[in-house]
Amino acid sequence: MTIHQLSVFIENKSGTLLQVLQSLKEANIQIIASTIADTQEYGIYRIICSQPAKAYLLLKEDGINVVLSEVFAIELDNYPGRAAQAIQLFSSSGISINYMYSFLLHGKGILVFRTNDSEKTREVIANNHLSFVEEEQLNEIAE
Amino acid sequence: MNYDSPYLHPDKEALSREELEALQLQRLQKTVKHCMNSPFYKKRFEEMGLKPEDIKTLDDVRKLPFTTKQDLRDTYPFGIASVPLSECVRLHSSSGTTGNPTVILHTQKDLDEWANAVARCLWMVGLRPDDVFQNSSGYGMFTGGLGFQYGAERLGMLTVPAAAGNTLRQIKFITDFGTTALHAVPSYVTRLYEVMHEKGIDPRKDTKLRVLAIGAEPHSEEQRQRIEQMLGVKAYNSFGMSEMCGPGVAFECKEQNGLHFWEDYYIVEIVNPDTLEPVPDGEIGELVLTTLNREAMPLIRYRTRDLTRVLGRTCPCGRNHVRLDRMRGRSDDMIVLRGVNIFPIQIEKILMQYPELGSNYLITLTTDDDNDNMTVEVEIAEFADDYGMLQNLTKQVTRALKDEILLTPHVKLVPKGSLPVSEGKAVRVVDKRKVYQ
Repeated sequence: MTIHQLSVFIENKSGTLLQVLQSLKEANIQIIASTIADTQEYGIYRIICSQPAKAYLLLKEDGINVVLSEVFAIELDNYPGRAAQAIQLFSSSGISINYMYSFLLHGKGILVFRTNDSEKTREVIANNHLSFVEEEQLNEIAE
Repeated sequence: MNYDSPYLHPDKEALSREELEALQLQRLQKTVKHCMNSPFYKKRFEEMGLKPEDIKTLDDVRKLPFTTKQDLRDTYPFGIASVPLSECVRLHSSSGTTGNPTVILHTQKDLDEWANAVARCLWMVGLRPDDVFQNSSGYGMFTGGLGFQYGAERLGMLTVPAAAGNTLRQIKFITDFGTTALHAVPSYVTRLYEVMHEKGIDPRKDTKLRVLAIGAEPHSEEQRQRIEQMLGVKAYNSFGMSEMCGPGVAFECKEQNGLHFWEDYYIVEIVNPDTLEPVPDGEIGELVLTTLNREAMPLIRYRTRDLTRVLGRTCPCGRNHVRLDRMRGRSDDMIVLRGVNIFPIQIEKILMQYPELGSNYLITLTTDDDNDNMTVEVEIAEFADDYGMLQNLTKQVTRALKDEILLTPHVKLVPKGSLPVSEGKAVRVVDKRKVYQ
């Protein structure tokens, strides 16, 4: 129900994003989704990629501030209002979403998110039989 | 060599104040007489109507003229020497980024005495011939290289002249050769630790390191403690300056309560930098040193520009050589911002209190819309994927800095490795302010 996400602390300066991307390119790591918020001075660059553990060690070795964590990734049919339905389940359980981003995988919408209560989130996903993404699926598409 | 003796030179280290001062007077009189062989001092003494016989008591040192770095530049390269060049065997020269470099000449006896002084310092902190001493200082003109090298050899340790840089190789030497003692600049020690950490080496378990000599760049008590904790060692503050040979001028004893200046080698004065009058013990002033046993190039009342104060003239370690506080910065690295005097070390002290922050930082002074501002960039060591935490950290650090320096700096967290890395001396302050002419 969760997948690994890399979070990289980067400076809001020309070239810093490229440094991270070059490191990943050299190791043949494929980025599947990523997001970065617009802030004044620094940002957290969040990445879903193939072989996240390998990518994490690699970036660390290159002296980059990086953390590896788990985020929820649920799979939704791609039609208007589906995301609203899903999010409704969480909000009615009092769960708040810290951040969220999405991408398409085999025609399905994938929502990646972190909440303020992981336990409760797991319960909601299980009780409502929401489909979720496994990391292997991501590695497959990268091959 | 008695391993159990706390002193390498008991006849000099364990003197009473009276004995020490008698020795100083005798050496001062000899030095002043010898200075008459220096064209520079001969002229200066004659202009003042001063004769060597006028030095009758130790206080008479105040009759002597000051010597400044500018004097060294003006007489570049050999104008202050008190012996013919044929008697000199080595020179050390500064980089001279701000004008003529300064040159210090040495006879063989000067080099021997220098090695003795460094050996005495290292013995004082418990190093013995069965230790392995690695020196991560630059060799060549930088006196921290050869100075520690000859001193450590004089003590009889196995020496590893690793020189600066190449961190992976330094770590390999430390583990393979069983290095027990290391000399390095504080910012480089942190770098060494970071790389060890990345390579899965735990310095406490995987190395035999137990003593560190740190110096050549100002650092706070907090930074020392951090180094001691990281590596599981005792770290001792070393003071040296190329004008006074290099390292070996002063060193902390095991009490870690001030630097013992070797008064058989130097007369130590602390003066008000404006009036040049002595300040009472405990008050901060500029350190002024007179060499007492140099042949090639004695220096009289040399203004070091280092600010410090006398902590005491006795010590539980048994040495009565004056103890001075760690340098409060140099009178020339003091930042004056909007009328407030700030030493970079004050800022460092605060930054070191946050485990989330790394050891590299950079203070930049700028003029924006005719306002002078300070930006403090600091590398983060650990971070969590949480904007709230990062913002909070910035806020906390800003507030703590404001409490210390009375101005609100702009604090900027930057990624690890983005500030200029210092395998030599760290750049801590960049002043980009408009200069009004």
